[in-house]
Amino acid sequence: MKELTVKKRMAKDRLFHSLVLFFASLVVIPLLFLLGYIFKKGIAVINWDFIVSMPAGVGESGGGIVHSLVGTLLLILIAVFLSVPVAVGAALFINDHPKNRISQLIRFTVDMLQGIPSIIMGIVIYIWIVLPMKNFSALAGGVALGIMMLPIIIKSTEETLKMVPESLKEASLALGAPYYKTVLRVILPAGLSGILTGILLGVSRIAGETAPLLFTAFGNPFLNTDLFKPVDALPLLIYNYSTSPYPEWIRIAWGASFILVTFVLILNLITRWVVKKWQIKF
Amino acid sequence: MADKVLNIRGLNAFYGSKKAVADVNIDFFKNKITAIMGPSGCGKTTFLRCINRIHEVNIEARARIEGDIFLNGENIAKMHPILVRRRIGMVFQKPNPFPHMTIYDNVIAGYRLNGIKKKKHEFDTLVEESLRKIALWDEVKDSLYDRGTFLSGGQQQRLCMARALAMNPDVILLDEPTSALDPIATAKIEGLLSELKEHVSIIIVTHNMAQAGRISDYTAFFYLGEMLEYGTTEKLFTNPAHEKTENFLTGQFG
Repeated sequence: MKELTVKKRMAKDRLFHSLVLFFASLVVIPLLFLLGYIFKKGIAVINWDFIVSMPAGVGESGGGIVHSLVGTLLLILIAVFLSVPVAVGAALFINDHPKNRISQLIRFTVDMLQGIPSIIMGIVIYIWIVLPMKNFSALAGGVALGIMMLPIIIKSTEETLKMVPESLKEASLALGAPYYKTVLRVILPAGLSGILTGILLGVSRIAGETAPLLFTAFGNPFLNTDLFKPVDALPLLIYNYSTSPYPEWIRIAWGASFILVTFVLILNLITRWVVKKWQIKF
Repeated sequence: MADKVLNIRGLNAFYGSKKAVADVNIDFFKNKITAIMGPSGCGKTTFLRCINRIHEVNIEARARIEGDIFLNGENIAKMHPILVRRRIGMVFQKPNPFPHMTIYDNVIAGYRLNGIKKKKHEFDTLVEESLRKIALWDEVKDSLYDRGTFLSGGQQQRLCMARALAMNPDVILLDEPTSALDPIATAKIEGLLSELKEHVSIIIVTHNMAQAGRISDYTAFFYLGEMLEYGTTEKLFTNPAHEKTENFLTGQFG
């Protein structure tokens, strides 16, 4: 009798283990298929010409997407340039004054920002920047993306700063170092790997954003590096080309998807490398 | 007055509304080692942190003081805290070398962080002198440009002492500097202190009365935020005036 209960239990246990494994693979399999599909469809389109030349006219074969690659890089640069100082500043303040009213407000806003649909971000920036300047622009797109990545960088920087021991800050201040030197030369370098990780994660998060760019960067069939003119971006190009009736354009959209996915993948690999290489154990 | 480096008058320290140090009057002698001894929670660390105004750093703790502290006759409340801390160095309980800096940069961190420029050979001399003072030179002279974090705990703590000494302070505050170290490293540091006092006045907080007895010239005994007794270490250990001091020394509490 007793023997039987034990066997029953062991069978149940095995069943449970297999269920866990089943659901775990349910996560991995679609992702692998998705990646595989994008690679299969995209890789055929990719060649050097695709990366460095402008799109060909309708009906012609060949051509490339250099204008949206440049546009995406420009947008990311603007976003990083605008959001990193703000985010690091906010995280420093929260870390120094954890119970302060403003810190609580920042934390609340960060949580809210993460939940705001990106299309709404696009519309708000449209009203704030595009309308007054009477022009779609790379700047407006960069601002929208910058706000999208703010919460990610603030959160990861705050977590990193929490790990930097108070004793290091005191060691610096006890030497007579002013606060700004303590921050710039001691606290931030000690937390560099975490802050960089946050920035990289933020970039890979916004690299594929389409919605906030629809009303801001707008898209542009020509190569543009002027901050005050509309620019193209990979996700915008994918959106426009994949909904077009031309098979050649749809092929190009697959190629662009491949490049975008590879870019995000590489960013993630770099992030891991940064963590491993530069992390300081306390 | 000439042989006194610090004069403290009517010092009270508070955390918010809670009083941690009550009405302390004490003069610290130049080029002597003064131990501040007492059971845990007696306010000795708080007292020490008031002397270089590092208590102001943690805003959340809402620490504030009343009373006056004079460094060579100058009221430190009227000096900029940055200048106070350049003249009163501090070594903490746990070794805290800067993990992203080399040993060399750690020693001259005070100069680098304050933006004080010197010629390369001046810094070289300063690093060697400071490391020799704490007997670390021979151990690290071949790895000056490696990060300081591979050193043992005792070596790290001596590196932190070198960092404080390199600023050439008038006073150096040691907050239980050996409590995180093994006995051998502790003995090494204790041995150094008697040589160091030729260069600098030393105030050391310790809850280890044996340590206070071994190394200090003067001892102050703190209890529940008050300074109960202060005198030469010899007098305080052999013939304490206060009953509480005697009880502490005979191990009845602590």
